[in-house]
Amino acid sequence: MLVLIVAIAAFLIVRAVPAFREAGLGFFTENDWFPDAVPAQFGIAALAFGTVLSSVLALILAVPVALGSALFLTELAPPRIGRWTGYLLDLLAAVPSVVYGLWGVYFLVPKLTGVSRFLDDNLGFIPLFDSRSNTYGRSVFAASVVLAIMILPIIAAIAREVFRQVPRADREAALAIGATRWETIRLAVLPYSRSGIVGAVMLGLGRALGETIAVALVLAASFKIDFHIFEPGGNTIAANIATKFGEAGVQGRQALIASGLVLFAITLVVNVVARSVVYRSGIAAEGKP
Amino acid sequence: MSIAANVPQAVVRRRRVVNAIACSALGLAVVIALIPLAAVLAYTINKGADRISWQFLYHSMFGVGPLDPHGGAYHAILGTLEQVGLASLMAVPLGLLVAIYIVEYGQGRLRNAVRFLIDVMTGIPSIVAGLFIFSFWVIGLNQGFSGFAAALSLAVLMLPVVVRSAEEMLKLVPNDLREASYALGVPRWRTITSVVLPTAASGITTGVMLAVARVTGETAPLLLTAFGFDAIRRSPFEGPQSGLPLYVFAQAGSAFDVAVQRAWAGALTLIVLVLALTVIARLVAARTKAT
Repeated sequence: MLVLIVAIAAFLIVRAVPAFREAGLGFFTENDWFPDAVPAQFGIAALAFGTVLSSVLALILAVPVALGSALFLTELAPPRIGRWTGYLLDLLAAVPSVVYGLWGVYFLVPKLTGVSRFLDDNLGFIPLFDSRSNTYGRSVFAASVVLAIMILPIIAAIAREVFRQVPRADREAALAIGATRWETIRLAVLPYSRSGIVGAVMLGLGRALGETIAVALVLAASFKIDFHIFEPGGNTIAANIATKFGEAGVQGRQALIASGLVLFAITLVVNVVARSVVYRSGIAAEGKP
Repeated sequence: MSIAANVPQAVVRRRRVVNAIACSALGLAVVIALIPLAAVLAYTINKGADRISWQFLYHSMFGVGPLDPHGGAYHAILGTLEQVGLASLMAVPLGLLVAIYIVEYGQGRLRNAVRFLIDVMTGIPSIVAGLFIFSFWVIGLNQGFSGFAAALSLAVLMLPVVVRSAEEMLKLVPNDLREASYALGVPRWRTITSVVLPTAASGITTGVMLAVARVTGETAPLLLTAFGFDAIRRSPFEGPQSGLPLYVFAQAGSAFDVAVQRAWAGALTLIVLVLALTVIARLVAARTKAT
């Protein structure tokens, strides 16, 4: 196993070195992506920014729903219904990402245009919600919604495991002193499972950071650092690899591998931290969908 | 009653209202979470059903122009079956061995480290697995794009999932069974092959099927390893090959309506394949638990 992880890192580093040498420190500060041009000009600043922005937005959208549904299924629903609804939620994780991408472009994007326009019209004074071109559609926001749907079942599945580990006695004690259902959740369930929840959310984050195809299909690629989430454009490291790989020359491929190396490093850190947190909470959580 | 009398009515009512609001919010979260599932399935079935036909399933894209109404996904389906099959042949035995090591032989630090690494590997983005095989196999060893390269990258993604699920299943085998076997003087490896593995077999099958379902839908690694090909290529060892997810991605990127229709038909085929595997796996698991 260790060999495999080291091998992945080693091969990516070897292939990425020429690109790093070519771009120098600019690799981390440059926005554009013209690795095959003469002189080559490329960097991951805008890509890394887009990756983090879309993933964080996805988390903001997915976490409340994922935790809420996990709580409902473990604490409130009758066990039988809870289990079967849980299976249904797991099915959400089984849908291939390319299908999410296709669905995102043709179904979700038109639907979200109305929401985006409404927010722009009413909250447009906040730069985040403003669309200067008054066009919407294949934006970072749309990509984030798709990502949120994709990571929701993963967070919910781990959160369900975490909530199940709360000792029965804790719940019964809370109910016995007259706490309502909600107060039991707040006083007994949530405090006990806090670190497990943090781990679950971070695993979701790791998934969102590395998602490729759905984002590549939904986003209208652009290479700039831009907080206007409703305007079409934006890009992520992973999506950029998918869209640029076919047309890339030798140096283009090296540059893409270099960007993949950065993505690998980021997700590795997120996953190691997440797993440590989950482990410390005493749960062998299942990261599988 | 005497306790209730000491609490002001307003407080009791407020707690009740808060409880009702909070519980309905949690229920609402479940509904919100299930909406996308229904929407994705309904829309894909609706769109894909228009275009799907035997003609689609039995023909490739060889010589089909972007505006031609015919053309199909036979070459892609064939590619996916070969790639996933080869990936399973590599990942399942290896994954089982690792799981057996963790549960039956592993001890202390080393075992925990292996488990931790497996969990971390689960989180490796699929495109990174694709990049790894691309730099190691495709250009590193100069093997070029092929279905086999795609199978290698899928195996990297499958391995941790197989290990984790097999490990869970092996742990469920009661120690009494192992001890009974030892008491009869059966050596350890025999105990594992003829007592532990058969007991855990159906659970392991479920885990393997879920792993297969997961990698069947992977697109990103195929892009960098199989690359895609319009004609039927039976051998996974020579030259670029297509795969069903890759086919959907390529057709979806086209600006022409007929191509997008083909993408939907491909997406429907893919979703039926993946969901069938997942549901069958769950049923196997549910039946095992019942008996």
